Amino acid sequence: MRLTLPLAASTGAATDYLLLGLVAVSLAVLALVFGLMFFYVVRYRHNSPIDRGAMAEKSFRFEISWTIGTLVIFFGLFIWGSIIYVRLYQPPGDALKIYVVAKQWMWKVEHAGGQREINALHVPTNTSVELIMTSEDVIHDFFVPAFRVKRDVLPGQYETMWFRADRVGTYHLFCSQFCGTAHSNMIGQVVVMPPKDYADWLTTNGAGDTLADQGKGLFVRYGCAGCHLGGGTVRAPSLAGLYGSPVPLSDGSTVIADDRYIRDSIMYPKQQVVASFEPVMPSFANVIGEDDLVRLVAYIHSLAAETHG
Amino acid sequence: MSQIVLPQSQISYLSDGVSLRSWLLTTDHKRIGILYMISITFFFFLGGSAAALIRYNLILPEGAIQSAETYNRLFTMHGIIMVWFFLVPAVPVTIGNFVVPLMLGARDLAFPKLNLFSWYLFMAGGFCALYALFSGGVDTGWTFYTPLSSNYAQGHVVAVVAGIFISGFSTIATGLNFIITIHRLRAPGLTWYRLPVFIWSLYSTSIIFVLATPVLAITLLLLVFETLFHVGVFDPRLGGDPLLFQHMFWFYSHPAVYIMILPGLGIVSEIIPVFARKELFGYKFVVWASVSIAVIAFFVWGHHMFVSGQSLFASVAFSLLSYLVAVPSAIKVFNWLGTLHKGHIRFDAPMIYALGFIGLFTMGGITGLYLAALAADIHLHDTYFVIAHFHYIMVGGMVSAYFAGLHYWWPKMTGKMYPEMIARAAALLMFLGFNLTFFPQYILGYLGMPRRYHAYPPEFQVLNVLSSAGATILAAAYLLPLFYLTFSIFRGERAPANPWGSLGLEWQTPSPPFTKNFTVTPLVTKGPYEFPEPGAIDV
Repeated sequence: MRLTLPLAASTGAATDYLLLGLVAVSLAVLALVFGLMFFYVVRYRHNSPIDRGAMAEKSFRFEISWTIGTLVIFFGLFIWGSIIYVRLYQPPGDALKIYVVAKQWMWKVEHAGGQREINALHVPTNTSVELIMTSEDVIHDFFVPAFRVKRDVLPGQYETMWFRADRVGTYHLFCSQFCGTAHSNMIGQVVVMPPKDYADWLTTNGAGDTLADQGKGLFVRYGCAGCHLGGGTVRAPSLAGLYGSPVPLSDGSTVIADDRYIRDSIMYPKQQVVASFEPVMPSFANVIGEDDLVRLVAYIHSLAAETHG
Repeated sequence: MSQIVLPQSQISYLSDGVSLRSWLLTTDHKRIGILYMISITFFFFLGGSAAALIRYNLILPEGAIQSAETYNRLFTMHGIIMVWFFLVPAVPVTIGNFVVPLMLGARDLAFPKLNLFSWYLFMAGGFCALYALFSGGVDTGWTFYTPLSSNYAQGHVVAVVAGIFISGFSTIATGLNFIITIHRLRAPGLTWYRLPVFIWSLYSTSIIFVLATPVLAITLLLLVFETLFHVGVFDPRLGGDPLLFQHMFWFYSHPAVYIMILPGLGIVSEIIPVFARKELFGYKFVVWASVSIAVIAFFVWGHHMFVSGQSLFASVAFSLLSYLVAVPSAIKVFNWLGTLHKGHIRFDAPMIYALGFIGLFTMGGITGLYLAALAADIHLHDTYFVIAHFHYIMVGGMVSAYFAGLHYWWPKMTGKMYPEMIARAAALLMFLGFNLTFFPQYILGYLGMPRRYHAYPPEFQVLNVLSSAGATILAAAYLLPLFYLTFSIFRGERAPANPWGSLGLEWQTPSPPFTKNFTVTPLVTKGPYEFPEPGAIDV
């Protein structure tokens, strides 16, 4: 039985230090509380003849000092925990993007090259990996204890999470949000491989089109191309170079066109209308499934690469 | 044979009518307290049996209970019964009902009939939930997260929710009754700062009862609308927002956590001065700590949602507020230690339970700091660490406090003394069994074992077996009081009016009290814990 959990991601090191710090604070507080309690209980037991002396009269000073002491320590812990959290919230721009679609009771993983896996995720070492996750039914949660990361996976929206694995091996993947009967079977493996092995793995499993290529076909099939492909009468904004760039909206604000924005614009086009365009696009909610959406988003992603390159 | 005939005003409440009818139609707060006590004891052992089966299942990695469906229904039932039909009502409606008017020097609560009606509502809600749980059950977890509960779960979600909805009104009525009683029915001279801390903590609890419970009622109603009529509120397929449910649910359920612990803090603040023979250290700070917990409790719900997809800003704000709400709890612990300092400490069973409470509550509170620290919560959220944390507060804390109060006021309630030595042994056994059950779960959580798993990877087995072994000790420790307290009703020694040498008004009337509580309305001239110099009284 081991009582420590191996760490397999460099992004989790800060969390481990925080946990250690918390253990230190707890041990100090527990030693103080249990120590004083046992000491007083023995020393001041009712039949102990010890002279109690004068009672501590001014309780005010004690109260203020331990209130302030507690506040200071708590505030320090708050800052420490928040700084790491904020960092874990922002994936680096060059992260390798992998799509995850959850459903009762399995994890479907889609790599950009079109490789698919079920209840498994292969990632290379020393590469930032960003997971773009959604659910087809209820709320699930993608939890990799060895990476110290966890994120709820919600239906109807994209949640993202990132990590940088640095130790080759196979690790647990758990669903940690109760999702129905077979919740405890919604588990899998995260396989961390050296980049070269990962490249090999991609090649052996990469039969067929990339996600973007598959998305290109869907782009025509769902009729998106009719307006967005910049024909004669342009009623819709061009999607070339869109991904990752700022988009001015009709309400005057600006958003960055990330995966979540693109998904939301397909499903709920009236919510964030691009400035100087009419809100004429119909909603594709309940029309396009999560698997196809992932391909469309990957295709639009690829359009940005074309213009940049 | 001649009999001494007592005047009507001096008949003990227990002998004032012995028919079933005289109990079921009583408006005496003491008898209603006893009715509640019988009801929640039933629910406690029912919820406890579910827990025993959960621990039995987890002995084997593949699950000792064959079906995951059964297991899911068991932990859902355990949560629902323990939260709504034991922990929330436990102290306020049993001990609170019994002692609040006595502590205030009043004849009864402000609205005795409403009090009885609350019990009937509670029972109606309880049976509604029981019917659902036994005729197939529910597999959503006690938190009913959408859209799982509204459009995917099988089972009787609507019936269970109806039960909780109905019992919620009982809670609201009790809260109102307490608030008004505490405002209007205090004995002459009983100023606010002469109130026992237990009254203050029930006052704070009642505020939460009245303000938070309606939000739960609305949430559950919306859930039922979505389930039955497919009105899209929470399910994104119907145009709803799944996070909205969590916001609304925790807006009630986090304050409800304080409903479950504030009365316990009150009991301990009551017992420690009595058995240390010393005035409560920092009375006003302890009192205002209770009130501020009740207020801040309304602004920390988002700490249940750090990994749920709420905004970054919200998470950071809720983390800060969660640390703030921990400060008053820490203040209380320091004040109890200050009370012990230079006291004359006795070790009767209520005190042993109370000291155990301080230890377990501190452990539970400290581990709350891990979960309030955002990055640490990412790793620990939804694992056994969380289970261990809130069981330390709810079970280690509140249930210990409930037993402390039960032993402390038992002589007053029944007129009989419980057997002291076996009660002390049970208190120690409970502390040991509890730690053996739940401490391994902290480690399990840190190692990554998610909660609500019917089966788990084999490397977690040793700690799970330890935990289950502890649970058997804990179960034995909970069964002991059931036997010896029941035994004492029939064979216990007669209790004097004031066995502990306490100063509260409830001890100035005989044990058990008269139906009308006091023959003469008491006049209060000093605070609740102003004990004379030791040696002056000999108990």
